[in-house]
Formats: sequence, structure tokens, C-alpha cells
Amino acid sequence: MKDRSIHILNFVGLGFFEPAIRLAAGEETKKNLIALLKKVFLPVLSVGLFLVLWHAGASYLYNVEKDFKIERAKEASGDAGVALELKRIETGESSINSLPSPGAVLAAFKTLLADHRSITAKKAAFKEKVAATNAKREEQGLEPITYTGRPSFVDQIFTSLKTVFAGFFLALFLAVPVGIILGLSSTLRSSFNWLIQIFKPVSPVVWFLLVYMIVKTMTLSYNGDVSFIISFIAVGLCAMWATLVNTTLGVSTVDKDYINVAKVLNLGVGQKVFKIVLPSSFPLIFTGLRITVSVAWMVLIAIELLSQSPGLGTFVWEEFQNGANDSNAKIIAAMFVIGIIGFLLDRLMFTVQKFVTFTEEAAA
Amino acid sequence: METLEQKGIRRSDNGLFEDKYMLDISQLTKIYPTPKGDYVVLDDLDLKVKHEEFISIIGHSGCGKSTLLTMIAGLNPISRGTIIANNETVRGPGPDRGVIFQSPSLLPWMTAYDNVMLGVKQVFAHGTKKDRDDIVKYYLSKVGLEDAMYKKAKELSQGMQQRVGIARAFALKPKVLLLDEPFGMLDSLTRGELQDVLIEVWNQEKITAIMITHDVDESIFLADRVIMMTSGPRAKVGDILEIDFERPRLRKDVLEHPDYYKYREHLIDFLEH
Ligand SMILES: Nc1ncnc2c1ncn2[C@@H]1O[C@H](COP(=O)(O)OP(=O)(O)O)[C@@H](O)[C@H]1O
Ligand SMILES: [Mg+2]
Repeated sequence: MKDRSIHILNFVGLGFFEPAIRLAAGEETKKNLIALLKKVFLPVLSVGLFLVLWHAGASYLYNVEKDFKIERAKEASGDAGVALELKRIETGESSINSLPSPGAVLAAFKTLLADHRSITAKKAAFKEKVAATNAKREEQGLEPITYTGRPSFVDQIFTSLKTVFAGFFLALFLAVPVGIILGLSSTLRSSFNWLIQIFKPVSPVVWFLLVYMIVKTMTLSYNGDVSFIISFIAVGLCAMWATLVNTTLGVSTVDKDYINVAKVLNLGVGQKVFKIVLPSSFPLIFTGLRITVSVAWMVLIAIELLSQSPGLGTFVWEEFQNGANDSNAKIIAAMFVIGIIGFLLDRLMFTVQKFVTFTEEAAA
Repeated sequence: METLEQKGIRRSDNGLFEDKYMLDISQLTKIYPTPKGDYVVLDDLDLKVKHEEFISIIGHSGCGKSTLLTMIAGLNPISRGTIIANNETVRGPGPDRGVIFQSPSLLPWMTAYDNVMLGVKQVFAHGTKKDRDDIVKYYLSKVGLEDAMYKKAKELSQGMQQRVGIARAFALKPKVLLLDEPFGMLDSLTRGELQDVLIEVWNQEKITAIMITHDVDESIFLADRVIMMTSGPRAKVGDILEIDFERPRLRKDVLEHPDYYKYREHLIDFLEH
């Protein structure tokens, strides 16, 4: 049981829990205490230190803005103005929109979750209300009535995840086959090298605009979710380069010994590719795919923001323009959610990589 | 007739003496182009190997032994001269020549069985599935791996991996077996074990074998003739030593044979000058 859980944790890249489990099992107390200190206590300490610094910085910035407002009120209408301004600040009428404190972010996060619960409840109620009508409409061959209210924060997270996965699979299905073909042929490799070098550094915003130009024309008579299509294609195109380059590299640099084996055993092209070239380039292909996932998640926010696809990017942008008292706190809350999801996606890829590759050292 | 047989000359079906040697290398030259100009590794090298003969090649590191072997295997282009193997001019790799590399070069993501099957499938494409399965299992048990057949290659020790390498080469039923320091990376105990495995399978299969080694004792124990190559550049065959021990040989008998130290001294003498 103990060994099994340690094995699983290491496998999914959460090995830092290992000493805690060993300690609980009463193994080599001193050694595991030190390991625990290093792997868990120190990271927790650094997070704590970060929170303290953040809090201090936030109050400093808050005070700078507050002092400035009071100073200005004093200049305009003297002591009465100062008292009035202080009161306005207290009631939130005069908002101080600086860096929010950790506490404010936590509160904003809770608000977002509460908001999600109330929207879910509303949706359920709506569904119940229109159930009878929808049944009738279906009989008449009409589209059912759907909820068109504002999506909750959690809904937006799922929209973003959907976009990232769609983009990732697009990148996978484009970049891996093309990478294999380029890797196998040095002629093709040098033919396409310039194009690849030119397109690789193009920024997410430009990819979005390019995709927008094309998809907009192609979907003129389509009334589905065009913003989703545009964003996932743009995400896929932005993120596929790491996989393309790594696959090409992996396929073109297969160990010479293996190639000699293929020659000596008289393997045909198909056998050579599927039995030797591909398996031996798996570690590099997966390194590429891991980078692709993180790039996809990173560019997603910018692309959603531009495409108005209802995901986290749109959320951040709307909150920024909203300028409410807790908008900044919500943006920071979203930042942490984005970061944590990015981390989990990377762990997920890491685990898949370990499953399919043959050398564990390759998956660092 | 007796003497002709001994020289490796056989009477072919039509009664003519044409099928003389399994391997006939003449005026073989290899030039590697380097930034500092052409580097002539081998220059006009001649070597003839009889049917079912086991020869070993020794020579200083870098003299061109691997170059020679890879050219016979068809993995390395020939600059000048010819190599005729089994009456056909070598133009590339072929199933008539099997190779055992220094590093076992197994595909680590496959089992021992699949590693051997990979080539067997190619060479015995017309046989039944059962036949192929039998061949793979036969050779794997010959090298003592009946219990480790389905282990992934990366889980096997170096010695066991090289056993798979031996099985993989023999399973393809080559006419000539080429070995490039196959046991060079093993400790001396494992090396001895694998020499025994190799010579046992070879005794049954009776194919022509050419083995590069830097181990003088290994070359005496295994070979009918030891080819000594001169140091490069422009290496060629410097000297040939016939080893007259009975076959099958036992290691103990060989070590106790009165001629053993004479042979050994001859080889060491060559290498030291
Ligand atoms: N591809 C190559 N290009 C240039 N020089 C090479 C190449 N391969 C081997 N050589 C050189 O040829 C010489 C013989 O190499 P090799 O056949 O590997 O020697 P050995 O196996 O006897 O140690 C060495 O000096 C080596 O540096
Ligand atoms: Mg060598």
C-alpha cells in the first residue's frame, strides 16, 4: 500500500509527498524528516514569504493611492474635503484600484464560487421552467430554448479547457505527422526550413488575426460557435511548433546503431518507421507535446480575449474593463487559477509521457 | 582431394572448383575524406575466408577493424577493391551476412522475443507464423534465455542483452556472421560465459564467422585463424596465425595445450611491435 502510493505519486510527478508517507509509516525518521523539510516545508515557507511580501506591497500601494486622494481633496476643499474623502473611501464610493491584497483575492475567489453556485441554480431552474415548452418545440421540429445568461467563472474555466484541448489535438495531428515526414527526408527538411523558421516566432495575436481572416470568410453561412473555432485553431497553430521541431529532430537523429540494425535486418520502410524510428523518438516527441500544452495554455488567454470566446481570457478582459471594487482581486484570482491549471496540465502530460516512453530518464 | 578440402576449396555441383571461398576480399581500400584531406584507413587489403571457418581479427585500436567489418556487412561504402561474399559482390547489407555489434543494439522498448522476431519476420516472410515462433524460441533457448524471453530488452543485463544479440543474428540463418568486439563491454566472467554460448551455437550451425576482438585469449580460443592487422593508416593484413586445436574445443583443454603459450606469445609479440 505504502510503496504503491509512493510509486503512483512519483509517477504523476508529485514525488514531494514521498517523505511524508515514509514518515507516517515510521521509516528512517531522521532522513525522512530532513527530506520532508526540504521538499515540503521549505516550499511552503517560500509561499508564505511570498504572501507576506505581497501583502506588504499591496498595503503600501494602497496607502500611496489613498494618501494621494486625500492630498488632492485637501487641496480642493480643505479639512472638510479630507473628512468627506475618508468617508467615501470607507464606503467604497471612491475606489482605490491598486494591487489587491491576498485576503481580497481570497474573498474575490469565494465570491466567484458563490456566483457560480447561484448561476448553476438559475440554470437548473430555467431548465425546469422550459422543459415542457422544449418538449413541445422538439415535436414541432424547432430548436430548444437554451439558457443565454452570463456564464459563471467555472463555466469559463471549462470553456478554456475545451479550447486548449481542441487546440492541442489540432497541433498533435498537424505537427506529429509533418514532423515525421520532415525528419525522414533531409530534402524536405531543408525545403521547408525557411517557412518553419519564419512562422515559428509569429506572435499569438497575429496568428489570431490570420485565422480570423480565413475562418471568418469560410464560416459566412455558418451560425455555430465561430469564436470557439477561431480560438482553438489559433491556439493550435501557435502551440504546434515545439512539437513539429522536436518530432523532426527526434526522427532525424535516431541512434545510428538502431538504423544499422534496421539495415542489417533488412527492414522495409514501414517497419523501420513504426518499429524503430517512432519509438525511439517518442521521448523527444513528448517533450515537444509537453511544451505545446504549456504554450497553448499560455497563449489561450490572449487569444480568447481577442476572439471573445467565453473563457478565462474574456473573463480577465471584462473584469479589467469593468473596474468594480473587486475587479482587480478577481483578475488575480483568475491568474492563480490559470497558473494552477497550467501546472496540472503539465503534470498530466508528464504522466502520459512516462507511460509511453521507454526510458524514464528522458522524461525529466 | 583431401588437401584441396583443407585449403577450403570445394568441388561445386558442376565439378568446377569455383566455389572456393565464402568471403573473398581483394585490394580493398577505404578512404575517409576529412577536413585535413583524405585519410586512407585500409590500403589494398586482401583476405580470403573459407567455408565454415572461424577467423578472428586483432589489431591496434583505430587501425580500421570496424571499418573492414562494416564494409563486409554492407553498411559502409567501399572506396576501391571488391568484397565477394557467398559468390556475390557486396553492394549493401543482406540477409546472408549477420552482424553482432559491440553494444547489443537491441530495441529497448521491445521484449527479447520481439527483438529476435523483428528480423525473423523479414527473412522468413513466407513461412508460417508457427515456424517463425519456433525459430525465435529455439534460438533464445539456445542462448539460455528461455525464462527471460518476454522481458523488455532494457530490463536485461548487458550480458543477457548480448545473448539476445547472438540469438537475433543466428536466427536469420546467415551464411557469414560478423562480430565487432561483441564481448568488449562485458566483465571477464560474463565474457567467458558468452564465448561458450557463441561457440556452442556456432558448432551446431557451422557458418563462417569473422570476429574482431582485442582479447588475445579470446581470439585463440575461438578462431581457426587469427588475422593480425598492421597499425594504420594504410593498414593491411600483417600476419596470420593458424590455430590447430581440435574442435569442439573445451576451454580447459585449450589452456592446458602445450601450443597455447606459443600462439599467445606470437600474437603479443606482433601487437607489441
Ligand atoms: N566516418 C569516419 N570518418 C572519418 N574517419 C573515420 C570514420 N570512421 C572511422 N574513422 C577513422 O578511421 C580509423 C579506423 O577506425 P575504426 O575502423 O573504427 O578502427 P578500429 O575498429 O580498428 O578501432 C580511425 O582512425 C578512425 O578515426
Ligand atoms: Mg572498432
